[in-house]
Amino acid sequence: MATNPSSAIERPRTRRAEGFRTPNAWRACLALLRRDFTLAWRRRGELFLPLLYAVIVTALFPFALGPDPQLLGRIAGGVLLVIVVLAMLPALESMFRSDLDDGTLEQWLLAPQPLALLALTRVIAHWLTTVLPLIVVMPLLGALLDLPSAVLPVLMLALLLATPLLALLGSVLSALAAGARRSGILLALMLLPLAVPVVIFAAGAVAAAQNGMPYAAPLAWLAAALVLAIVLAPLACAAALKIAVEA
Amino acid sequence: MSRSYIPHWMHWLGSPPNFYRFAGALRPWLLAAAIVAAVIGLYGGLVLAPPDYQQGDAYRIIFIHVPSAWMSLAIYVGMAIAGLIALVWRVKLAEVIAMESAPLGAAFTLITLVTGSLWGKPMWGTWWTWDARLTSELVLFFLYLGVIGLYHAFEDRRRGARAAALLALVGVVNLPIVHYSVQWWNTLHQGNTVDWMDLGKSSIAPAMLWPLLVMALATHLYYFASILGRARTGLLSLEGGKQWVRELVGAPSR
Repeated sequence: MATNPSSAIERPRTRRAEGFRTPNAWRACLALLRRDFTLAWRRRGELFLPLLYAVIVTALFPFALGPDPQLLGRIAGGVLLVIVVLAMLPALESMFRSDLDDGTLEQWLLAPQPLALLALTRVIAHWLTTVLPLIVVMPLLGALLDLPSAVLPVLMLALLLATPLLALLGSVLSALAAGARRSGILLALMLLPLAVPVVIFAAGAVAAAQNGMPYAAPLAWLAAALVLAIVLAPLACAAALKIAVEA
Repeated sequence: MSRSYIPHWMHWLGSPPNFYRFAGALRPWLLAAAIVAAVIGLYGGLVLAPPDYQQGDAYRIIFIHVPSAWMSLAIYVGMAIAGLIALVWRVKLAEVIAMESAPLGAAFTLITLVTGSLWGKPMWGTWWTWDARLTSELVLFFLYLGVIGLYHAFEDRRRGARAAALLALVGVVNLPIVHYSVQWWNTLHQGNTVDWMDLGKSSIAPAMLWPLLVMALATHLYYFASILGRARTGLLSLEGGKQWVRELVGAPSR
């Protein structure tokens, strides 16, 4: 199996002669991340909108239910979970829309890197910029609703597993809805069936922690689903993006 | 391997003008058979079958409720299969059938939910309970609504059909997960609700079983008749400018 070594050397030389090297997948993802972070930073005012929304809704609950700490403490875990899911929705809608409008998505399709990998990178950037702040302020929101301090770490852990999962599932729906005329409430309607199991397991872990029961099992289910979604959701998202771009 | 695995008649039937004529010829017969089966099944269920020893006459709603529940799942599977064909082979007819199935499936799901609710009020004493079965059916209803909504949100109907077909396929993966997670959730929070379905299945009397099966046949026939009619109109509006439609409506050819 003697191969000619010159052919192996020649390829990079011609590339260098052209003055251009195709970036490998890793570099492309890093470039995409940097671009998304820059864009998010330049519109940093918008990053606070989901936080503001979450604080406002959280503050409304004591007014609606009365300031009884025991009642608030009992429902706080579930309420905060639902608030986070709802706060994620508006940002999900715009995950791919501007890229579709300005033609970036067409470049994604043409790029030598796999489309699914680029989609996964976008989901990571999206999660870090819009969802992570929500989890960071969870102790504050928990304090507003008298969430027992022992439950808080479990809630944060459940959110750390559940929100990337929701962002991955939501990326598929967002890609599907990107080509549509209007998609505000439609996205919520499509996300609901997918969010049901995620909310059930996340809330199950919080409820188990609140009742002093072992909470590892539902968290393990969430983690398993997250691993599965990291592999499968970008593929479905890539298929949806192709539908959104064509025609 | 020059031989195709797909028989010739499938290619013939996949062509919109051929399907249009075929469906038009078949539809009245299916509809008539559905009506006959429904009359026989309802007569057997509402008149001939004896009242239940526990539930009295209230159980008779199963002759509507159970076939509708079966249809709500069967149509979803059919829609997903047609959607897969539409996505992979871009068959126009499959797109139309998948998208026209969604409102029918949603209707059967709604009938299931409403009749179940009507039955639940005298039997369980409540219109709605977050039982695992009920919740799964409600989620199925939202899946249908999502498919319908996404399809109609697109300007280009063929693109909308493909996007909605992909959503239907995502739903196929999601539905078993919802089913089992809801069961887990329900057993975590409250005690077991009586599993009426398995109770009935094991001990149903033949006098009650045959009308149920005839009704299931009737709903299937109705679905096929209805989907043929809906696919005909769907094809007509999709192929509006084509020659065969112009000839059909007697428009002057271009």
